Amino acid sequence: MTLQMILDRVNRIGKNSMKQVTEPNHLQLNEQGQLKHFLTLDGLDKALLTEILDTADSFIEVGARSIKKVPLLRGKTVVNLFFEASTRTRSTFELAAKRLSADVLNLNISTSATSKGESLSDTLQNLEAMASDMFVVRHSQSGAPHFIAESVTPNVSIINAGDGRHAHPTQAMLDMLTIRQHKGRFEGLTVAIVGDILHSRVARSQIRALKTLGVSEVRVIAPNTLLPVDIESLGATVFSTMKEGLENVDVIIMLRLQRERMEGALLPSEHEFYELYGLTTEKLKYAKSDAIVMHPGPINRGVEIESAVADGSQSVILNQVTNGIAVRMAVMSMAMSGHVAGRDKLGEL
Amino acid sequence: MTELIDVEGLLETMCHDLSGHLASRQIDDPCIVGIRTGGVWLADVIHKKLDIAEPCGELDISFYRDDFTRIGLNPKVKPSVLPFETEGRHLVLVDDVLMSGRTVRAAMNELFDYGRPASITLVTLIELDGRELPIQADIVGQKISLSGNQQIKLKGPGKLVLEITDK
Repeated sequence: MTLQMILDRVNRIGKNSMKQVTEPNHLQLNEQGQLKHFLTLDGLDKALLTEILDTADSFIEVGARSIKKVPLLRGKTVVNLFFEASTRTRSTFELAAKRLSADVLNLNISTSATSKGESLSDTLQNLEAMASDMFVVRHSQSGAPHFIAESVTPNVSIINAGDGRHAHPTQAMLDMLTIRQHKGRFEGLTVAIVGDILHSRVARSQIRALKTLGVSEVRVIAPNTLLPVDIESLGATVFSTMKEGLENVDVIIMLRLQRERMEGALLPSEHEFYELYGLTTEKLKYAKSDAIVMHPGPINRGVEIESAVADGSQSVILNQVTNGIAVRMAVMSMAMSGHVAGRDKLGEL
Repeated sequence: MTELIDVEGLLETMCHDLSGHLASRQIDDPCIVGIRTGGVWLADVIHKKLDIAEPCGELDISFYRDDFTRIGLNPKVKPSVLPFETEGRHLVLVDDVLMSGRTVRAAMNELFDYGRPASITLVTLIELDGRELPIQADIVGQKISLSGNQQIKLKGPGKLVLEITDK
């Protein structure tokens, strides 16, 4: 064996053991391959993503009833643990938990104990001592929900509600549900994601979900300064102009410009960005005539999208919000269900 | 060993009994709701035979099961479909097999989340021993006692067949 072969082998073993450490599924799936935490879409297969969408479909029907509540999580306590500001995500998680009949505690940590010097693990231990069953976590640091999932007691579920630039899996899944509702399928679709890909945890999760569910092509359209270096390794094709990128597209996903995360001069001006990448009625014509327009919100009218497009007939932005509740109900009930051993024994009552 | 039971004959008698039952209570505009999956197949037949005006409803009780904390969520849950207002209506709830009574309890809990019905009539093709809740059917196709190692299952759709097999 040559020295090079030994080095290669060591390298390979090193990579494999790294994979073991970073592989999320040993953490988020139980022995039967069911969700017990929902941290990332990395490694989740098409069958599981489809099960989430199918379960969410049933919860949409619940949302249309006069009593929009089912007793699945009765007696369970869900803690919304938000280390970063959020209105839409936090309130839809809260509504989702309440519609599952759980008791909900909302904690805005930035104004709470940690500002008095308490460490994260002390805060978590206190919440566990209150017999909480699920933490919904948003954090500005990538990987924070993983860390919490590794440190909590085994009977607590962790749901990632957005961590740093890493992932926002429930947002991606509500987008997938919206696409399936309007297009009826994923096969054969071309999807374009437009704007600030660099800072977007949503874009990463969306690309992952779209590839897993089998769309034909995922495009990203952005200036070079707002693209991460590894974007093509995720399986997306890069376009730098709207004219080329939107041609023959079935779904357009606009992203919010995340000025609060931008360091240095990544953009000359919002006006110039709008000129080049803002979705206007004119630019929308490059896409297929039945293309749908999506945006995770909050939208910056006149920065990423023209009001006439955001409020137009091709916009499904408000459907996304409604679907967000159903998807979060699905993920929460599936994760809680994953803590129950032997779901395969499901039989007649 | 497999034993087959004549479902068509039972359904004929059940529809006759149900018509009499509804007439005796002056119910002339009932809504039929089947519990997935076997109950929906039966409800479809009863719906046609009784010539009910309202479309047939379908109930998936997965979100209302009382054993979620033991066995978790049914991964094949489908949306319930009730294509009529239930508030103040006379409902006919149809299931294939009544045993513990827990499915019917879950179904009634779900129905009440759509509104307050005027009444619920319970129709079941087969009634078995083993009730765990105080729930009785109004219309029964056939009462059967199974031995400990036997199970019964309604096969469909299309031609409905009841099979009693050894576990």
